[in-house]
Amino acid sequence: MIGKIKLIDENGLRVDGRKPGELRPVKMEVGVLKNADGSAYVEQGNTRVLAAVYGPREIHPKHLTLPDRAILRTRYHMVPYSTDERKSPAPTRREIELSKVIREALESVIFVELYPRTTIDVFIEVIQADAGTRTAGLMAASLALADAGIPMRDLIAAVAVGKVNGTLVLDINQVEDEFGEADMPIAMMPNLGEIVLLQLNGVLTEEEFYEALKLAQKGIVQLYEIEKQALMRKYVEIKVEEV
Amino acid sequence: MSMTPSNQRIVSRLKKSSIVSLIKKGLRVDGRKLNEYREITIIPNYIAKAEGSAYAKIGGTLVIAGLKVGIGTPYPDTPNCGVITVNAEFVPFASPTFEPGPPDENAIELARVIDRSIRELKVIDLEKLAIIPGEKVYILWLDIYVFDHDGNLLDTSMLAAITTLLTARIPKAVIKEDGKTVELNKEVSEPLPITNKVVTVSVGKVNGKFIVDPNIDEEQVLDCRLAISISEDGRIAGMQKMGSGTFALNEVIEAVKIAKEASKTLFDKINEAIRSIRK
Repeated sequence: MIGKIKLIDENGLRVDGRKPGELRPVKMEVGVLKNADGSAYVEQGNTRVLAAVYGPREIHPKHLTLPDRAILRTRYHMVPYSTDERKSPAPTRREIELSKVIREALESVIFVELYPRTTIDVFIEVIQADAGTRTAGLMAASLALADAGIPMRDLIAAVAVGKVNGTLVLDINQVEDEFGEADMPIAMMPNLGEIVLLQLNGVLTEEEFYEALKLAQKGIVQLYEIEKQALMRKYVEIKVEEV
Repeated sequence: MSMTPSNQRIVSRLKKSSIVSLIKKGLRVDGRKLNEYREITIIPNYIAKAEGSAYAKIGGTLVIAGLKVGIGTPYPDTPNCGVITVNAEFVPFASPTFEPGPPDENAIELARVIDRSIRELKVIDLEKLAIIPGEKVYILWLDIYVFDHDGNLLDTSMLAAITTLLTARIPKAVIKEDGKTVELNKEVSEPLPITNKVVTVSVGKVNGKFIVDPNIDEEQVLDCRLAISISEDGRIAGMQKMGSGTFALNEVIEAVKIAKEASKTLFDKINEAIRSIRK
């Protein structure tokens, strides 16, 4: 199957008409839920994700707490109707792994040492999946954390770079993920230039990997701006009205 | 739900600071160089009842992998391919922090990282494992068992896994006269259709310096770690940043170079182990 499907046309455009280095249309909104301490919605093409944060709050049983920092609890979950075939709501091995790598990415961003003996809970629900759900989820989570007022070193901007028909492409969609040769999700704290999540599913040469890193960074810079605008839409404009 | 672990191994401050200050000088607590593996032992065909198996030891970390083979129906999206399932378990006696129960997030992550590298590199030509395309295919179960945890479970597990696949002999499938029933003839065996080899090198960062093959105490001191799978022809066959902490872009590039260099030691060990059984 792989390679037989044409993912780049004669004009060098992708299945959805994008250029190799182009992001899908992005929408971000902060504070979309009433109950959660912080929440956000992120849409990247046909991928749509909700994230919510509770905490810092008490945790029971108390032996799970740490004396010098907050613990983090993270769940990445895809709802049954988010995929072509119904996905069982029970956590899959994939979701367990992604919950772990997302938690570890957030551990290095949040100032957990400010809230000893508490938990910060981050929930990500994928409501429509079209590839790039962990990266969209991480961005939604970082916006929700900011919305909850939890101090962080930086926001997280994230994107998946893929290789399709031998070409490196930014922000892959589902078809490119399924029939492409590689998928490399990467998440960064853009202002600090630090990588908080990096996975590679596929085979790349060393040179392709360097190119993929550069391409990812290009997308991350753009996504970071959109994130900041989303936060300012909720907070700065309200402040202006009140004056 | 993934939770910050609260049962971490404790390493004394004194030991931590000596590990860190030694690495700063380019030295290790156990006398190794920064880019040096501990002693590696690989014994293929360790379990007589498995179609393939390997004992792999790096330092004090012990992993035994085994392959069992059956016949089943293919997945609908790959009707002409055999099926491989990778599973990992950390047995409770392997570490004071392990507990009985189904595989936790660490075991699941390890199995999936190994599975992806093997799958994406097409280590096994799965199309050659179809018996009656669309109907009957070989099903391979690769089970990775960690029996002693002394750091760097992933690299050791990959060594055991890949040696198992490279040395396995699977029973010949015989199609019966009705053209539908398939039986395995255990008297006649053949090797798996292998196309490539892969190893995983875990690179750890301590105060901006890089080490390979962290032992269990060093693991507690790492700022961050990156597992990099390298094929025998030097391509990157998978990657996973593991644990919290961050890497700068140039650090990731340096880690890849270190992994590529260190992978040669691992391939030498695998090839040596395979030669030993062919004699």
